Amino acid sequence: MKKKALVAALAAACSLATPAWAGQTLDTVLKRGVLHCGVSDGLPGFSYTDASGNYAGIDADFCRAVAAALFGDAKKVKFTPLTAKERFTALQSGEIDVLSRNSTWTISRDVGMGMSFTGVTYYDGQGFLVNKKLGVKSARELDGATVCIQAGTTTEMNLSDYFRTNGMKYTPVTYEKSDESAKALESGRCDVLTSDQSQLYAQRIKLANPDDYVVLPEVISKEPLGPVVRQGDSEWFNVVRWTLFALVAAEEYGITSANVDQMAKTSTNPEVRRLLGLDTDFGKDMKLKKDWAYQIVKQVGNYGEMFERNVGKGSPLKIERGLNAQWNKGGLQYAPPFR
Amino acid sequence: MTPGETLRGGGPRRWLYDPKIRALAAQILTVLAIALFAGWIVHNTVHNLTVRGIASGFGFLKNPAGFGILQTLIDYRETDSFARVFVIGLLNTLLVAALGIVFATVLGFLVGIGRLAENALIRGLSALYVETFRNVPPLLQIFFWYFAVLRAMPSPRQSHEFLGAFFLNIRGLYVPRPIPAEGFAPIVLALGIALAAVIILRRWARRRQEHTGEPFSTGRVALLLLFGLPLAARLIFGAPFTWELPQLQGFNFRGGWVLLPELVALTVALSLYTAAFIAETVRAGIQSVPRGQIEAAIALGLTPRQRLRLIVLPQAMRVIIPPLTSQYLNLTKNSSLGAAIGYPDLVGLFAGTVLNQTGQAIETIAMTMAVYLLISLTISLVMNWYNRRMALVER
Repeated sequence: MKKKALVAALAAACSLATPAWAGQTLDTVLKRGVLHCGVSDGLPGFSYTDASGNYAGIDADFCRAVAAALFGDAKKVKFTPLTAKERFTALQSGEIDVLSRNSTWTISRDVGMGMSFTGVTYYDGQGFLVNKKLGVKSARELDGATVCIQAGTTTEMNLSDYFRTNGMKYTPVTYEKSDESAKALESGRCDVLTSDQSQLYAQRIKLANPDDYVVLPEVISKEPLGPVVRQGDSEWFNVVRWTLFALVAAEEYGITSANVDQMAKTSTNPEVRRLLGLDTDFGKDMKLKKDWAYQIVKQVGNYGEMFERNVGKGSPLKIERGLNAQWNKGGLQYAPPFR
Repeated sequence: MTPGETLRGGGPRRWLYDPKIRALAAQILTVLAIALFAGWIVHNTVHNLTVRGIASGFGFLKNPAGFGILQTLIDYRETDSFARVFVIGLLNTLLVAALGIVFATVLGFLVGIGRLAENALIRGLSALYVETFRNVPPLLQIFFWYFAVLRAMPSPRQSHEFLGAFFLNIRGLYVPRPIPAEGFAPIVLALGIALAAVIILRRWARRRQEHTGEPFSTGRVALLLLFGLPLAARLIFGAPFTWELPQLQGFNFRGGWVLLPELVALTVALSLYTAAFIAETVRAGIQSVPRGQIEAAIALGLTPRQRLRLIVLPQAMRVIIPPLTSQYLNLTKNSSLGAAIGYPDLVGLFAGTVLNQTGQAIETIAMTMAVYLLISLTISLVMNWYNRRMALVER
C-alpha cells in the first residue's frame, strides 16, 4: 500500500515534461478503448465484487455509464480497488482516468490537490454506528468513547470537530481499510464506528449480527460524494460531468433502460429527443457519438434505477432516496438543461 | 623543425589517447549527465505539479492537523500543526524501535547461547524457536498477536483486574500512573550516587585484580548500594510518587497509563521475529571462537561463567556486531508494518493520514524516507563506534 503511493509519487516525478493533461485524457482513453476507473476496496452498495467477481454498486455503475458514453459499451472498464489513502495519488499520477470512490467534495481537495469534482452522485452525511448493548441513543452521549475511523478521510476531521465543539473527549483508532474498522467494532476494540451514513448501513450488513448494531440519528457533516478527475483537462471533465447529468436527467424525464428504445422511437418531448441525440448532436463537441446518452441509459439505466438497484429498495441496504431524490421530489439531484 | 614542434604536432592525438585525461573527461561527463538528469527530474516535477494545480512546498506543515491520534508521547491537540503530527509519528516509531531492539537483543542472546547449551532440551527448544519465528513473515506475526491473541481480551466492563490497580482488556493494559511527589528528587539523587559509586568500585576492583591478581566480587556491595541508598532516601524523605489509578468511567478507563494493544502486538511480534535472527548471529559468533581458546580457559581453571563472559563473548562480539547492526536496522524499518494494525507510527500517521489530508505526496514521502534514512544511519554510526571499541586491537 505504501509502495503504491511511492510509485505514484515517482511516476508523477518522472512523467514527460510536456504539459501533461491539458486535453489529453479523452484522446488517450478513446485510443486505449478501456476506461481506467478507481473504486472502493469493498463497500456494499457503492463498489464491491459480487459472488461472480464483478464489481457492483453506484460507484462502479457510474464508471460503466462513462464507458457506455465513450465506447457505446458499458463493459469496457478496468476497475482498480483503492483504499482511502491511495485514491488521490492514483488519480494525480494518471494510474486511473476517473476516481469514483465515495469521495467527499471539499474545497481543499478541489483547489489544492490538482483534482476537480465533477458533481455529486450521492449526498451523504457522517453518522455513528454503535452496539445496542451500550444503550446509547444519541451521539451526544459518546463522551469518552473509543471511536474507529478509516484513515485519510474527511471523517477524521469532522469527528474531531464534532467532539471538540461539543466539549467531549474521544480516543481515535485509525485503520486503513473499512473492513478492519468494522472488525474492530465487532470485537469491542472501539465503542463506535464513524463514517458516512451510507457506509455505516453497508458495513452493518457485513457484520455477523447486524441487528445488534444501530445507526445513531445524528448526522454531523455534509458529505457530497462524487466522481473526481484531474484538474486542468476540461474536455475530459465535461464528459464525466455530463455523463452524471445525463443519468439524472434521464430519470427526471422518465427514461429508463426498459423504455429507452420505445422513447427514442415515439417520444415527441423535445427534452427527451435532445437528450437521446435524436435532434441535436451534443456528442460531437465532446468527441462522442450522437447516441452517447442513449447508450448510458440503455446499458446502465438512469440515476434512479442505479440508486434503487444498488442501495435502495432493490438492495439489502434499503436506503431511502432522501436528499438523493430528484429536485422536484424534495431532493437535491438536479441536472442543468440539455439544450 | 624543433623537437618542441614535433611534440606539439602530435599533441591532439596524444591528448586524445592519454588515459588520465580520458578518465577525467569520462568522469566530468558522467557527473554532468547525472546533474542534468537530476535537474530534469526536479524541473519536471515542479512543472507538472504547477500544471496540475497540486500545491507544493513545505508550507502545509504549519497548517492545523484537525484529527485525533491514538497514541501521543507529547501533548497534542487537534488544533496543532502537521509538523507536530510528524514529530508524534516519529516518536511513536522510535518507541517501537527502541523497545523492540532491547527485547530482541536480550531474547536473541539467551536463545543464541541456548542453541549451544549442553542440555539437549534447551538446545532443542532454542532451535525450534529460531526455525519457527524466523520463517513466518513479520506481518503475519503482527496479525497473529493483534487479531488472534489481543482481540480475545474481554471488554472494558469485564476487565481482568489485578490488585485493584491493573486492568487488562481489549483496549489495552491500564496501569497506575506515578506522579512525582516530595520524595522524588532525593530518591533520584540517591540512585545517581549509588550508580556512580558502583562504577568507581568496579574500576577499583578491576585495577586491583590486574595489579595483585586478587579478585574482589563487587556484586553484593553493588546490590546493597543500588537498593540501600534509595531505600534510605525513601525512609527519610517519604514516598517518591503518588499513584493515579485507572478508573472505569463511562465507556473506558480514565487516568493511569495505558499500554495499547497495537503497541504490544507490534513490539512483541517484531521482538520475537528479530530475536530469532539475532540468536543465529550470536550462535555463529560464539562458534567462531577457536576451540583452543576455551580449552586454554579451562586449563587456567576459569569457571564456565567466567569462560563465557571473559573469553568467549568478547571475541564473539567482533563477529556478532556487524550482522547485529543489520538486524537492528531491519527491526526499525519493519516497524512501519504497524500501519496495518492502526499503530500511529510515522508511516501510518504521516505518510498515510497527513499525505491524504494534504495531498502532498512528494513532500510527505520524501520526509518519511529521509527520517528512516537518518534513523538507520544513526544506528549504523553508533554500532560502528561500538564495533571499533570491541575490535581486536593489534599490538
